[in-house]
Amino acid sequence: MSFATTKFAHPIPLSTTAARSNDHKPFLDPFKATRFLGSTHKFRFHPLTNSNHTNIHRRSAVVAVSDVLKAKKPKSTSNLLITKEEGLELYEDMVLGRAFEDMCAQMYYRGKMFGFVHLYNGQEAVSTGFIKLLKKEDCVASTYRDHVHALSKGVSPRAVMSELFGKTTGCCRGQGGSMHMFSSEHNVLGGFAFIGEGIPVATGAAFTSKYRREVLKEADCDHVTVAFFGDGTCNNGQFFECLNMAALWKLPIVFVVENNLWAIGMSHLRATSDPEIWKKGPAFGMPGVHVDGMDVLKVREVAKEAIGRARRGEGPTLVECETYRFRGHSLADPDELRDPAEKAHYATRDPITALKKYMFENNLVSEPELKAIEKKIDEVVEEAVEFADESPHPGRSQLLENVFADPKGFGIGPDGRYRCEDPKFTEGTAHV
Amino acid sequence: MAAVFQGLGAATALSVSNSLDSRKFLVSSRKSLSERKASFLVVRSDGRVVPRSNARGRRAEQLITNAVATKPDSSAVSTTSKPGHELLLFEALREGLEEEMDRDPHVCVMGEDVGHYGGSYKVTKGLADKYGDLRVLDTPIAENSFTGMGIGAAMTGLRPIIEGMNMGFLLLAFNQISNNCGMLHYTSGGQFKIPVVIRGPGGVGRQLGAEHSQRLESYFQSIPGIQMVACSTPYNAKGLMKAAIRSENPVILFEHVLLYNLKERIPDEEYICSLEEAEMVRPGEHVTILTYSRMRYHVMQAAKTLVNKGYDPEVIDIRSLKPFDLYTIGNSVKKTHRVLIVEECMRTGGIGASLTAAITENFHDYLDAPIVCLSSQDVPTPYAGTLEEWTVVQPAQIVTAVEKLCQ
Repeated sequence: MSFATTKFAHPIPLSTTAARSNDHKPFLDPFKATRFLGSTHKFRFHPLTNSNHTNIHRRSAVVAVSDVLKAKKPKSTSNLLITKEEGLELYEDMVLGRAFEDMCAQMYYRGKMFGFVHLYNGQEAVSTGFIKLLKKEDCVASTYRDHVHALSKGVSPRAVMSELFGKTTGCCRGQGGSMHMFSSEHNVLGGFAFIGEGIPVATGAAFTSKYRREVLKEADCDHVTVAFFGDGTCNNGQFFECLNMAALWKLPIVFVVENNLWAIGMSHLRATSDPEIWKKGPAFGMPGVHVDGMDVLKVREVAKEAIGRARRGEGPTLVECETYRFRGHSLADPDELRDPAEKAHYATRDPITALKKYMFENNLVSEPELKAIEKKIDEVVEEAVEFADESPHPGRSQLLENVFADPKGFGIGPDGRYRCEDPKFTEGTAHV
Repeated sequence: MAAVFQGLGAATALSVSNSLDSRKFLVSSRKSLSERKASFLVVRSDGRVVPRSNARGRRAEQLITNAVATKPDSSAVSTTSKPGHELLLFEALREGLEEEMDRDPHVCVMGEDVGHYGGSYKVTKGLADKYGDLRVLDTPIAENSFTGMGIGAAMTGLRPIIEGMNMGFLLLAFNQISNNCGMLHYTSGGQFKIPVVIRGPGGVGRQLGAEHSQRLESYFQSIPGIQMVACSTPYNAKGLMKAAIRSENPVILFEHVLLYNLKERIPDEEYICSLEEAEMVRPGEHVTILTYSRMRYHVMQAAKTLVNKGYDPEVIDIRSLKPFDLYTIGNSVKKTHRVLIVEECMRTGGIGASLTAAITENFHDYLDAPIVCLSSQDVPTPYAGTLEEWTVVQPAQIVTAVEKLCQ
């Protein structure tokens, strides 16, 4: 799919973005303290309304992934999409996501967690399909439906469950909650309560990656950012503004739309003038791809290409994953609006069942192996709950911590000392 | 005479810190008000100051002969070591910015027209040529998103300075500033820090119209997790810029459209100003005048008149709008026992309102009179020059307010 970029307007020759090897010294020189893609006046002389250009995008976008795969003649003897190890990894990740979310529902109804909790059941293929291809240094930004993104990225189930219980051992010390899962170790950039809020943050992380490479001269920095968000967000200004900036500066980012057709009770079709979200990519100068988000292998194939593009410096991609959430919008949502027939239809496309079927049909795994994984995950989730139960609640002294990275920001008190030096502050009893 | 009355009337309405409007004061039967009214009438009808109370008599003995300091004291201290160099405020901001960009390659600038255009007020002029288009990034017109992008970049290791071409445009970025900038360090349990500087010109200019004349400090002040500072001289502009860039906290640096061409001699050697401290502009004994940004100059102009009339005002430029430097302010209140706040924010919910509350809470026992707060009127800033002049606090009103306060 990289042919697309050579054809439409980019003043910088492809070689500068494609070559990654360390001995290709000159590639860095064009960027030395002068012009780069987004700003050069040369842009004006390449009409972007060239019909060639749009056709090429359409050509790369419309093809269903499964068709592409059939067309490819695999060189290896196996024409399977995954190896056994990969299959087991994907299966385990999806089962973890499902079991964890089911446990969250149980715990919520038992009064262990409160507030707004949004569960990911049914959408596991998207999270697993993308995140399992990322390195630890790659970043992920999500929305309020973020438990499984955090788990897929490597945050431990204990930390996530504790966070949901509001305990100090949670990944955010209990201060964030369900909608704010962060992990600096695993580069999970959140967890955002307002939709669309995380997309600029993800764009910023991608900007840092480009900055590291081009300004700080860290030539091997090819970190990619993946931003997850829903269909409702695709009508929000921040989405469009970031598509523009990411394409303009060729940021290493993948925009993943988890189109589950519903924004709480608002059907995507009722809210959007043109419901085909993938089409909005080419409008901004990036490929737009539509994929079946209930099939982890299809998602994975598209993800490989999109992440590869970003890593090679070819710019962003918009991937629309058609998926479905089996539960309501949140645990407070009675979910009465959706047609039971629709729910039944998508239940037959359960991604975990689909992967299992694929692996059995291709003799990749045996039943006991999968059962062992399921049992292991059950134990992991149970243990996470136990850990969270036994963890302490945050003490009073935690109230004023973390408001500022530098607590001098609380200012100088009447006695001349910085307020953060006041012992009442560390006890959490001072009034800010 | 009519004009004088009008001006004084408006001043009274503004200076009374409880909720009276200018018409009511003429007919009010409130005791304290009629007392004030009587003294006020004396001043007005004479058009001259009439010696009145004992307090005034005492003051007349302490002749204040020194002229009002036009430069802040701190700069006098700092310029004794070397001759320094003269520059305009916007150049001082640029100098501070450039020094920090030289010092740390993670510091970058993003905003509309900051690169090739050099900034709408030329604060970033020449920087794109020196540092490249990625480090001085010209963004599309998408405040919410590029502010969010700056925040994401800060979370992942950079130190961006986000410029709002006019502070008012940052209303579009309120979502990102409030939710992410302010709160993200907390909601992530301290895992991510947001060392951004958000800066831009604000305040009432010369007939810029209502939307370009906003004072965003009053809207942002409730956001937890951010610091706000306002610069007013080339010296503190450079110092605050450098301090803000070095700070690990998100800092909003308020500049004023009318102050960019102020000239001052600043030291050659490197210095930074504390983000949390206020600046003593003119020490005095009779009244504490707290102000910031452009109003500092109106206050100093009024102070000249006041000195000639025998008053000795202590003028403090609070600089740190959030948090307040309660030490400097407190010491001053304990000395003078009278407080006048002069600000450009609107009457309702401005910095002055918060400052009044903070001083009342902490130093109530030291006050001999209610705190007087002079703010702009709660009106959208009109385009017409005459109307615009009447929305903001003018030196004459400050003089009158001090005279009333010091009876």
